[in-house]
Amino acid sequence: MDIAKELLKGNRLALSKAITAIENEYPEATEIMKEIYPHTGHAYVLGITGPPGAGKSTLTDKITRAYRAQGKTVGIVAVDPTSPFTGGAILGDRIRMNELTLDAGVFIRSMGTRGSLGGLSHKTADAVKAMDAFGKDIIIVETVGVGQSEVDIVKAADTTMVVLIPGMGDDIQAIKAGILEIGDLYCINKSDLDGADKLVREINMMLDLDSFMTDWRPPITKVIASQNEGIEDLIGTVEKHRAYIEGNGELTRRRTKRTCDEMLDILNSGINNFVQGQIVDSGRLDEYVEKIRAHDTDPYTVVGGLMDEMLKK
Amino acid sequence: MEKKIRVLVAKPGLDGHDRGAKVVARALRDAGFEVIYTGLRQTPEQIAEAALQEDVNVVAMSILSGAHGHLFPKVVDLVRGNGMTDTLIIGGGVIPDGDIPALKEAGVAEVFTPGTPTSDVVNFIKENVKL
Amino acid sequence: MSTEKIQAELAKYEASVEKAVARFPERPHLPEQRLYTPLDIKGDDYADEISFPGVYPFTRGVQPTMYRGRFWTMRMYAGFSTAEESNKRYRMLIENGATGLSCAFDLPTQIGYDSTDPISEGEVGKVGVAIDSLADMETLFDQIDLGKVSTSMTINAPASVLLAMYIAVAEKQGVPADQLRGTIQNDILKEYAARGTYIFPPRPSMRLITNIFEYCSKNVPKWNTISISGYHIREAGSTAAQEIAFTIADGIAYCEAAIKAGLKIDDFAGRLSFFWNAHNNVLEEVAKFRASRRIWAKVMKERFHAEKDKSMMLRFHTQTAGSMLTAQQPNNNIVRVALQTAAAVMGGTQSLHTNSRDEALALPTQESVTIALRTQQIVAYESGLADVIDPLAGSYYVEAMTDKIEAEAWDYIKKIDDMGGAVAAIEKGYIQKEIQDSAYKWQMDVESGARTIVGVNKFQMENEEPPKDLLKVDEAVGERQKAKVNAMKEKRDNEAVKAALADLKKACQDENENLMPHILAAVKTYATLGEICNVMREVFGEYEAHVSL
Repeated sequence: MDIAKELLKGNRLALSKAITAIENEYPEATEIMKEIYPHTGHAYVLGITGPPGAGKSTLTDKITRAYRAQGKTVGIVAVDPTSPFTGGAILGDRIRMNELTLDAGVFIRSMGTRGSLGGLSHKTADAVKAMDAFGKDIIIVETVGVGQSEVDIVKAADTTMVVLIPGMGDDIQAIKAGILEIGDLYCINKSDLDGADKLVREINMMLDLDSFMTDWRPPITKVIASQNEGIEDLIGTVEKHRAYIEGNGELTRRRTKRTCDEMLDILNSGINNFVQGQIVDSGRLDEYVEKIRAHDTDPYTVVGGLMDEMLKK
Repeated sequence: MEKKIRVLVAKPGLDGHDRGAKVVARALRDAGFEVIYTGLRQTPEQIAEAALQEDVNVVAMSILSGAHGHLFPKVVDLVRGNGMTDTLIIGGGVIPDGDIPALKEAGVAEVFTPGTPTSDVVNFIKENVKL
Repeated sequence: MSTEKIQAELAKYEASVEKAVARFPERPHLPEQRLYTPLDIKGDDYADEISFPGVYPFTRGVQPTMYRGRFWTMRMYAGFSTAEESNKRYRMLIENGATGLSCAFDLPTQIGYDSTDPISEGEVGKVGVAIDSLADMETLFDQIDLGKVSTSMTINAPASVLLAMYIAVAEKQGVPADQLRGTIQNDILKEYAARGTYIFPPRPSMRLITNIFEYCSKNVPKWNTISISGYHIREAGSTAAQEIAFTIADGIAYCEAAIKAGLKIDDFAGRLSFFWNAHNNVLEEVAKFRASRRIWAKVMKERFHAEKDKSMMLRFHTQTAGSMLTAQQPNNNIVRVALQTAAAVMGGTQSLHTNSRDEALALPTQESVTIALRTQQIVAYESGLADVIDPLAGSYYVEAMTDKIEAEAWDYIKKIDDMGGAVAAIEKGYIQKEIQDSAYKWQMDVESGARTIVGVNKFQMENEEPPKDLLKVDEAVGERQKAKVNAMKEKRDNEAVKAALADLKKACQDENENLMPHILAAVKTYATLGEICNVMREVFGEYEAHVSL
C-alpha cells in the first residue's frame, strides 16, 4: 500500500499505518511525512493534560461528542506512560471512548511514552500531522501531565487545557509549578466534589501571581464530565481562546515557533543519527579515543575534521 | 527503530468476567508489549475498528459465556475485511476442547483454556506475531 | 498452664525445632507461624468475641442449634437455554432432594436486553435461562408450587423486573405475595466492582434497591431483598479478607441508602442476606465465615444502632469457588468441592450451592450436577461435620485467624469510609484495583510455582483425554426464543403495554415514587424485560465503567 497516497484519500488503515511508521521510526516515515506535509495546517490542535485520575479520557470523550454534534471531525492522540521497568504499557484511554469507536468522524490512537523523552514530542507532533492531513478538523492530544516530556507534547497544541480535580491535596503543589504555566484554559472536573471552589480560588491566586500574564487571563471552567455537565461552556472557552490567538497573531507566532523547534529537532536528530552511525557504531570513536589518549591528536582537531566531513555530505 | 508488539485485549459479548482478560493484559505489559484494553461488552464491530485504529499486531479476546462460537469468527472476518491480513487473532476462556478445531478453522490462531500460564500466551505471541 | 509457663515452653519448643528445620527446611510459602497456642487467642474475651450460637456477635452461628435441627438449604444454581428446558432441570433437582431453587439467567436477561436485541446475538440461553417476559416466567415455574419452594434468583440490575414477574406468576398460581420465600441478588455495587452486569449508574440503581426494600417489607415480608455478594469479588481474585471487607462495605452503603430514603434499620435489616465464596483453604475459609458474622453484628449494633437480634445476624448463602475448578483432570474437582463444602458447613452457612466438576469446561451435565448435590448430602449425613455447632471454635489457629481476618477487614472498611463509602471507592476504582492486584499476584504465584494447583502446575498428565459428554446449549435456542417473543408480542394488548410503559417512565422521573408497583403493572401487560429496562435507560442513563489496570 502507498501509505501517504492512501492516507490522503481517506483510507483509515493507511492513517493507522502512517502513525505506526512514525512511532516505530521506520525509514519510510520520512517519505510519508514529506508527502503529506503540504496537506497539513488545517486542523486545530487542543492539548489536554492533568494529573492521573483527573478524568481526562472521559472529558476527551465528551468534548469530542460535542464537536461531533457541531459536525466537526475529530482525531485523538492519547498518550499513556510506558513502564520504565518492562518497557510495556497498558493504554486504557479507549475504554472511556468506546462509543466513539464506530463513529466514522472520529479516529483514536493510543501511544505509549516508550521512554524516549525527546523523541516522543516529535512523534506525537507527527501523528497529529498525519491526522491533520487525513482531514480531521480538531485534533485532541491527551497526556498525563506530570513530567517535562508531557509538557513538551502539549507544546504541539494550539490551545492547552489543564484539567484538575478537587481534593488532590498536596499533589497540586507538586504539579503546580510544572503545568500551571502552560494552561491557556483550566478545567475543574468532578466539580460536584467537595473543594471545587477552593481549587478555583487557588488557581486564581496563582494566576494573580503570574508575572508573565498577557491580556489573556486563562478562564477556569467547572464541569462534571461523567454527567456531561459544563461541556458546552468548556468548548466555548476553547473557541474563545482560539479566536483570541487567531485575532492577535499569537496563533501564527505559536505555529512559527513550533515549526522552528521542529526543524531544529529534526536537524538535531539527523546529526545524532550521523554521529551514532558513522562514528560510534562504526568503531571510529574508539580509534579516535585511542589516538587522543596516546596524544597523537586532540579532541578539537578530530571534531573539526568530522564537522568538515559531515558538512560535505 | 523501536518496534513494539501492540495487542488489543478485548471482551466481546456481554459477560462481565474480566479477571482473566485483566491478568493477561498485565502479563503482556510486563512482557514489554503495548496493551490496548477496551473493557467489557464490545461488539465485534467495535473490536475490529479499534484494532484498525490502533494498528495492533495481535487481537486477544476472552469469553466465558459460551458465545465464542458466534463471536470469535465474526471478529476474525471483520478484522480481515478491514485489510488487516497479518494480525494475529487469539482467544481464551471457558471453551470446550471440542469447539477449538472449528475456531481455528475460522482463523483464530490459538485458543487458551483455563489453567494456561500467561507465559504461554506471551511465548505464543512472540513466536507467531508478524511485525 | 500460666501464660508465662506457656511462653517459656514455647521458647523451648522453638529452640528445639531449629535443628530440625536446619536439617529439613520447611516448605516455602507457608504461613509465617508454624504453631498456634493459647497465647495467640489470649486477647479474646469469650462473651464479647465468641459467645454462643444465636447470641451476639454470632461468631458461632446465627441459629441456636444450627444443623442439629435442619441442614442448610441445598440449593443448586441452574438454568440454561429456554424456560422449558430449565423447568425440566428444576423439577429433576426437586425430585432428587434439592430443597431450594436457584435460577441462573442468561446475560441478555441480566443486562436487561430482549433476546431479539442485536446485542444479544450469540448469548441467548448460554449461561442461564432466557427470560423475556412474564410468559417465559410462567413456563419456568410450571408445575412448581411457589407457595412451597424457596427460590433464589441471580439477578441484579433488573432485579425489580424479575421479582415483579415472580410475584405475578405466584398470583396466577393463587399464591399471595406474603407467602413467597426466596432471594434476589439485587447487589449492584459488586457488579460495578467485580461481576460486570450493571446497567444504570449508581444513584438510580441505589434507588431501585431501596424501592425493593420498602416494597417487600410491606408486601413480600418473607423475601430476602438482597444478597450482598462477596462471591464474585473473590472469583475476580480478591483475598479472603478483601472478600468480606468489600462486601460489608457494600452492605453499609445499602443500609445508608435505605435510611436516607426514610426506612428504619430494623424494618429492613432482617431481610438482608449475604453470599460468600467457599475457597480452597479450608481453615482460612472457616475463619472468614466466622469473622464476617462478627463484623456485621458489630456494624449493625454500633454503627446503625439496630435493636433486633435478627438485624444483626449475618445469614449467608455459599457457593464453592468456580475459579478454583480446573479444566485439567476435571474429576479432581469433585474432591476440591467436597473440601470447600466442608469449609462452608463448618463455617455455618445457611444454604449452599456446590459446583460441578466440569464447569471449567462448560455448563454442567445432569450427571455432574447430581454428584455435586450428593457431595453436600454426604457431608451432611455421613461426615459428622454438621453434628455439633461451630466445631472448630477454640482451635488456637482458627480463632487467631478469625481475629486476623477481622482486623484486616476492618482496616479496609475504615479506608473505604475515609473515601466516602463503597460507592465513592468504586467510582475511584479503588476496590477494583485492589482486587486486580490480588488476582495478578495469585496468577504469578501459580506460574512461579510458589502456589501449587494439582494437575495444573504440578502432577500434570501428558496427553490428557478431553472429557466427553459436555453439555452443549443448542445453538438454535436464540432463534426459537426470538420467534417466541415475536409471537407473544402479537398476542398481547399492545395499547395496554404502551400505557404501562408511559406510566413507568413518569414514575422514574419522580424520585419520590416507588417503582415496584409500576413495574409490576407493566410486567402483567407482558411488556418485555428489554422494553421496561429501556424506559429506565432513557431516564437514568447507563453506567460507564471505571477501569484501571
